[in-house]
Parts: sequence; C-alpha cells; structure tokens
Amino acid sequence: MDEALLRTLTPAVIAILVRRGADFAAAEDAVQDALVQAVRVWPDDPPRDPQGWLVTVAWRKFLDTARADASRRHREERVEGEPMPGPAEVVDDTLQLYFLCAHPSLTPASAVALTLRAVGGLTTRQIAQAYLVPEATMAQRISRAKRTVSGVRFNEPGDVATVLRVLYLVFNEGYSGDVDLAGEAIRLTRQLAAKTDHEEVAGLLALMLLHHARRPARTGPGGRLVPLAEQDRSLWNTRMIAEGVDVLQSALARDRLGEFQAQAAIAALHADARTAEETDWVQIVEWYDELVCLTDSPVARLNRAVAVGEADGPRAGLAALEELDPALPRYAAVAAYLHERDGDPVTAARLYAEAARAAPSLPERDHLTRQAARLNARLRS
Amino acid sequence: MAKYLLLKHYRGAPASVNDVPMDQWTPEELSAHVQYMQDFADRLEGTGEFVDSHALSPEGTFVRYDGEGRPPVTDGPFAETKDLIAGWMVIDVETYERALELAGELSAAPGAGGKPIHEWLEVRPFLAAHPTITE
Repeated sequence: MDEALLRTLTPAVIAILVRRGADFAAAEDAVQDALVQAVRVWPDDPPRDPQGWLVTVAWRKFLDTARADASRRHREERVEGEPMPGPAEVVDDTLQLYFLCAHPSLTPASAVALTLRAVGGLTTRQIAQAYLVPEATMAQRISRAKRTVSGVRFNEPGDVATVLRVLYLVFNEGYSGDVDLAGEAIRLTRQLAAKTDHEEVAGLLALMLLHHARRPARTGPGGRLVPLAEQDRSLWNTRMIAEGVDVLQSALARDRLGEFQAQAAIAALHADARTAEETDWVQIVEWYDELVCLTDSPVARLNRAVAVGEADGPRAGLAALEELDPALPRYAAVAAYLHERDGDPVTAARLYAEAARAAPSLPERDHLTRQAARLNARLRS
Repeated sequence: MAKYLLLKHYRGAPASVNDVPMDQWTPEELSAHVQYMQDFADRLEGTGEFVDSHALSPEGTFVRYDGEGRPPVTDGPFAETKDLIAGWMVIDVETYERALELAGELSAAPGAGGKPIHEWLEVRPFLAAHPTITE
C-alpha cells in the first residue's frame, strides 16, 4: 500500500473533479472519502491506474452526496442524469489548488490546514495531531477555510509568494505526532517546483533542503539544542546539501534574487564549511545585506549583527545591534552571545538569563539557561 | 497560531466585580453559568480555536520525594495557600489580542443575579515545543 503515492495524487484528483463541475469543498470531501476507501481496498486489489481509480470512486462519491443533498432540498424532485463529464483530463490543475488553499482571504493557520489536506492529502486527524489540537477543532478550521474560499473562482490567477509563505510555515512547524511536517513541506515545495518555473520556489526548496540536511545535528540527547558552531558536521546529510546547492545555483543563475534565495545562499555557505572556523562570514554578511534590502526585516538585521560579529569582531556586531530595537525577539540572546565573545561574561550571563525568560520555545529556554549557568559557574570559580 | 492557557483561580486572583460565592447563587444562576461555559467551548470548537478545558477540585495535596526507599511525603491542603487554580481552558489562536478578547468573553460568564462575574482570568502563553531555526 503506497500511501505516499495516494497523497501525491490527491491534488490532481481534486482538480479533475472541480474541472468536471464539482465545487471545491464537495470535491475535496469526496476525494478524502476515496482515499480512505483506497487504503482499505488497494492492499488486496491494487488498481492498474491508481489516479483513474481515485477519480472514478471520488466522482461517484461526489454524485452520491450531491443527489442526497438535492433530495433533501426537493424531496419530490429527481435529479436528472449525471453531470456532464468535463473536458479531456490532460490539464494539470494542481497549481490552481495550491493557489486556492493559500488564498489571501484565509488566515495563515487556515491556509496551512487546508493546504495539508487538499494538496498534501493528509487526513484531518493527522493534521490535528501534528498541531496538537483536537480533531474536531481541526475539522472546523478546515471547513471554515473551505467556506471562506467557496466564492473564489478555481482558475483565478494566484500569487506564488502567498503559497511559499504557507509552505514555509509548515516547514517551520517541525515534526510532532507521526507526521513529519518539515518533510511534508519539502515534498509539497518540490511538487510545486515541478509544476511552476519560478526562481523563488526553487529558492525556498533549496532553503528547506539545506536546513533539513542539518536537522540530525541540531538536537542532542533529550532534544537539547546544539548550536551551529558545536554541531557534529559528519551528521549533516551531504546528499541533501548537494541537492539544495544545485537547486539554489540554477535559481540564482536566473538573476532574479528574492528573499528565499538569499536565505538559502546563507544556509549554503554554512553547509559548505567543513568546520565552524572555515565559515565564510564575510560573504554571509553580504548576503544578509541583500536580505535586508529585499525584506527590511528586523529579524534579518538581528541575524546580520551576529554575522558581523563573526566577520569583523564582537565590537562591530554590538555596534550593528545598537541600531536595532531591544524589544525584538532574541535580541537579548544575540547581545549575550556578542558580549561573551567581547570578554564580558558578567553582562553575557545576565543577558542569557533575561533571554531565557523571554524564550518562545522550551528547547531555546533550556539552551539559554544552560548558557547563563555555564558562565555563572565560571564566574564563581 | 499560538496556544494560550486561560487560568481560573479559586484564590489568588484579584476579587471579581460580581463577587458573590457560587454557593449563594440560585440553581438557575448556576445552570446559566454552566451553560455559558459549555456554549463558549462549543463556539471555540466551531471557530477552530478550542484545545482543552478542565475544572479542578479545590482539594489538593502537596507531595514530595523523601529519599530512597521511603514513601513520598504528603502535606496539605493548605488553607492559607495564596494561589489555588480552579480550572483552565487551552486555546489555539492567531494572535495575543485574540487570546485577550476570548479571556474577556469568558470572564463575562454570568453569576449572581445573572450578571457577568467580571472575574480575573490569567492568560499564559505556551512555550512552543520546537525552536525556530535561527542559524
């Protein structure tokens, strides 16, 4: 039973039903039902044409539901005939489905949930588990999202940038439950890259691959965070890094820089260094300059200050930091790091403790507390 | 989305505006209160924001380890303990402002005289389980 194949086919099958005249919400429900049936039936009776099988079964389920709805509405009327089959099924509308599920009228969380179900082919239960909410809550989130986009024309031109933001959100959620959301985000971005010719899609795919390749090295025993400089680089997935670099290079060759390409370039420079000391910080600073130009993002400026600290020394990093708002998330953590490098463990310890209190996640809090504890122990001895 | 804990206190929060103790309410007022809480949870499930909710007994015991091979030491309940949690609701919402808005609505649950309790609820953000990659 190839569940991965089923999930890959999901968006194309939904799109075919929509093209045949089903509305998106009903088509999506019918395809989910068909997927459930496929999981049950295929192991004993594998179809020769899996996509054709799914289209047939989903279309039948759609008709059943449509008839039941119609007879509820007009008990005495009979539905005449079947809806006309649509045009020949050669058009791949998967891309339209990405646009619809990331439609700007949706909140980020709704767009994420809808994308994972309709494009990713995950069940509501799997999505609920991944986001640690009850299944009923996730079901409602998805059905509200479907209602929100019910008035959107399926073939309405979409913006790739909104899709990329949604996929990046999924990627950053990491992994919990039995669904690896980071892996799923890579799969969906790879699929998108195959359907569209867009340098930022490639940029995002490269970024995800380069980050994901380092995942095994990023956590130590008990989920403890291992900072980049201390990671065991032999744990990095070199094949994935090579693929990421390849994808990035062909994107950059098109000379239309975007934020994901710039971020991927920074990740590639980290991945390229065999030891932390070999990192080309000067080039990384240059890429952060590009990133700041492109996005004007305070987070990019904060990360740039770290890079400046490595390239030109901690004083230069602290000077870059001084131009930023201390209320920025992780400002204190960056300041602590730079002060320690500048030979001021007292200030660094105080700032690490302050950063720990403001940390948004448990592994970060533990990591920052450990840094403060390490410095305080050194100061006592 | 971010998860928040809405904490309700038996003790330890500032006094409510409508501060009549529950055992002084009429049975109808109690029913209306319970119904309000249930409707609130149902509505949040409908908006895709509900995660969990539970009430706690006011009776609690402090427990601690007492060394190898010895049973744990228990103590309490302490009548004078400053803080006593009555229950919680966990919500998963788009913004901090939305968490405040919902806590405000929950605090409007009816009490004595069918009037809102205006009870103080504590809003606490969850720490995320996964760090954001910052390297």
